[in-house]
Amino acid sequence: MLSSDDDILGQAAVWRREGRGVALATVVETWGSAPRPVGSHLAIDSEGHFLGSVSGGCVEGDVVTEALDVIGDGKPRVLEFGVADETAWRAGLSCGGRIRVYVERID
Amino acid sequence: MRLDLLTKLNEARAERRAAVLVTAMDGGAQRIVRAEALAGDALADPIDEALRSGKSGMVEHEGATYFLTVQVPPVRLIVIGAVHITQALAPIARLGGFDMTIVDPRTAFATPERFPDTPVIADWPETVLPPMKLDRYTAMACFTHDPKIDDPALEQALAADCFYIGALGSRKTHGKRIERLHAKHFTVEQTQRIHAPIGLDIGAVTPAEIAVSVLAEIILSLRKKPLRVEKAA
Repeated sequence: MLSSDDDILGQAAVWRREGRGVALATVVETWGSAPRPVGSHLAIDSEGHFLGSVSGGCVEGDVVTEALDVIGDGKPRVLEFGVADETAWRAGLSCGGRIRVYVERID
Repeated sequence: MRLDLLTKLNEARAERRAAVLVTAMDGGAQRIVRAEALAGDALADPIDEALRSGKSGMVEHEGATYFLTVQVPPVRLIVIGAVHITQALAPIARLGGFDMTIVDPRTAFATPERFPDTPVIADWPETVLPPMKLDRYTAMACFTHDPKIDDPALEQALAADCFYIGALGSRKTHGKRIERLHAKHFTVEQTQRIHAPIGLDIGAVTPAEIAVSVLAEIILSLRKKPLRVEKAA
């Protein structure tokens, strides 16, 4: 079943109320052929469960890893993925676009 | 984000009210602005623009950068007529993220057995639709081609300015339909908004193909024209 924003933000709130650490990642800027539009969400819990997407499956792994750090220290951060970035190739944003993702903890 | 802000955002969505989450990119301070409480806000203009376009994005204001997460109500699809096409439309509309409800007073058609995963209301549109509060984030497709059932639904969809209104029927059937609507004082500008014959012209023949053509036409109306929300009075 595909998840809508309803499910993603709703699930983030449910996880938090259950006492889990939760982070929310949001696509804040895109350039070129980015697979998911600005405003797309990915919710991540402290166990590494996630719902939603910020790309076509290319960089979610890296975002989840960073999200666990955000859950740890509570400091929001901006991640950038794109063709100009060595690590992006490693992460695999192969569509040729570039995206910026804001990751914040739900407190 | 504080859990209470996330909860407010989720509540606004459940109530079908537009809202914007404002995040200061420097420092991460956040607040929620509801569409009806926009007056006097420092970011009123860009927020209003974001609500009108339905698009989230970055804005600059007095040297600071903010990200606006726009949340407009989930798109509803109300289908009049629990017919064969509707059975094909229900699963693909769900896949497309539409919140679909079927209305048909004919109890032989409107059964949960025929529509296991979609709400079906076996009653007349004039009874069912007013409490549903049709709005600009609602699409309506009429499939009964029975004026007793379709016409009252079309009248309400036109009055509520639904972003998509479609009605099954030949050009001749539709010609008579708009005559009836004009007799009820709907304007030509309004009745021109009705997509009829319904669906994109892809040569659809089977109920499933017609369902695809209708869903494609709804998506076209949704994505090609920015959704608009009414300004706070």
